[in-house]
Amino acid sequence: MTLALDKPRSPRRPAARRGNFEMISWLFMRISGLALIVLVLGHLFIMNILDGGVHRINFAFVAGRWSSPFWQFWDLAMLWLAEIHGGNGLRTVINDYARKDSTRFWLKIMLYVSMVLILALGSYVIFTFDATIPAN
Amino acid sequence: MTAVTSERTATGKRGDQPPVPDGAVTVTVRVQRFNPETDSEPRWESFGVPALPTDRVLNLLHYVKWYLDGTLTFRRSCAHGICGSDAMQINGVNRLACKVLVKDLLAGGGKHTTITVAPIKGLPVNKDLLVDMEPFMEAFRAVKPFLITYGNEPTRERIQSAADRERFDDTTKCILCACCTTSCPVFWNEGSYFGPAAIVNAHRFIFDSRDEGAEERLDILNDAEGVWRCRTTFNCTDACPRGIQVTKAIQEVKRALLFRR
Repeated sequence: MTLALDKPRSPRRPAARRGNFEMISWLFMRISGLALIVLVLGHLFIMNILDGGVHRINFAFVAGRWSSPFWQFWDLAMLWLAEIHGGNGLRTVINDYARKDSTRFWLKIMLYVSMVLILALGSYVIFTFDATIPAN
Repeated sequence: MTAVTSERTATGKRGDQPPVPDGAVTVTVRVQRFNPETDSEPRWESFGVPALPTDRVLNLLHYVKWYLDGTLTFRRSCAHGICGSDAMQINGVNRLACKVLVKDLLAGGGKHTTITVAPIKGLPVNKDLLVDMEPFMEAFRAVKPFLITYGNEPTRERIQSAADRERFDDTTKCILCACCTTSCPVFWNEGSYFGPAAIVNAHRFIFDSRDEGAEERLDILNDAEGVWRCRTTFNCTDACPRGIQVTKAIQEVKRALLFRR
């Protein structure tokens, strides 16, 4: 696609390149999807199958896991990837199915607000979790 | 005996019904009708039509128009699968009426056959099976489906190797019938997606070694209405009467966008 000659009759190069947002969101869905397979299946395995599964989960168990930066990072990555992956999926569903522009706008506002709230709350809990507070 | 009546009325009716040929079975043709002057909603109407197994669905529609109800409206030009005029939804799938044989639609076990014909979806219906193709053509024009070059024109023809020609051979087959685009669930949401046919025709030039407008076309298809809205449902590939691997072509454009820089 290299041009050997100058372009005397070329009207102009394409107008200012539009953003790559759609491409990046498409790519993000693929990459985060792959990562979530590992993160979520690993999470489900630890929580539900390993060492007696769901019956051993209590405050101490969570506190013990979140004392390690590794599990903090695991859960944080799962929170952000799953929330944005799901939110972006819902964004495309809204784009596909909403018939009126106003419906589309308000549905998206609700979606984005809920995403921000869940991400903020989840991140806040992971970062500020205090294992020393009384269990109940 | 009186002469065979062959007078043509203003609606296209051709007079008395011709003799039923040997081996014909009567099938029910169920057509979605819409007359914008009298109907607020589309309605269904059924016709009993004598059909040979070797007839095409287009023959049945001709029979209805010529001998039963001259007001039935549909497009067809060449009637041989070349012009792409008679795309319609036949038994729920988008096909060219001139390429579907009755024998492939006959109900087995001596049961009565009903063939359902509806206009292609996602485009405004003008009348009966006739849709407004303008939104489709608008998307087609938007991808600049013509040779773009810069610099001085060569004094001879633009030479291309057989391998370079092969690269986009599949997408040169498009006849713009709109079977693919109107089978795409994303396109059914009006005005939000260029649709498979436009991307196929962009692909035809993007991957042409003689063309220099690939960047412009890729920029157009990188937009919110572009290739990223494709959900890879393969409806387009199933629908294409020319056998074009439409979804593959869309994927190749996506790949070109991902790796172009």
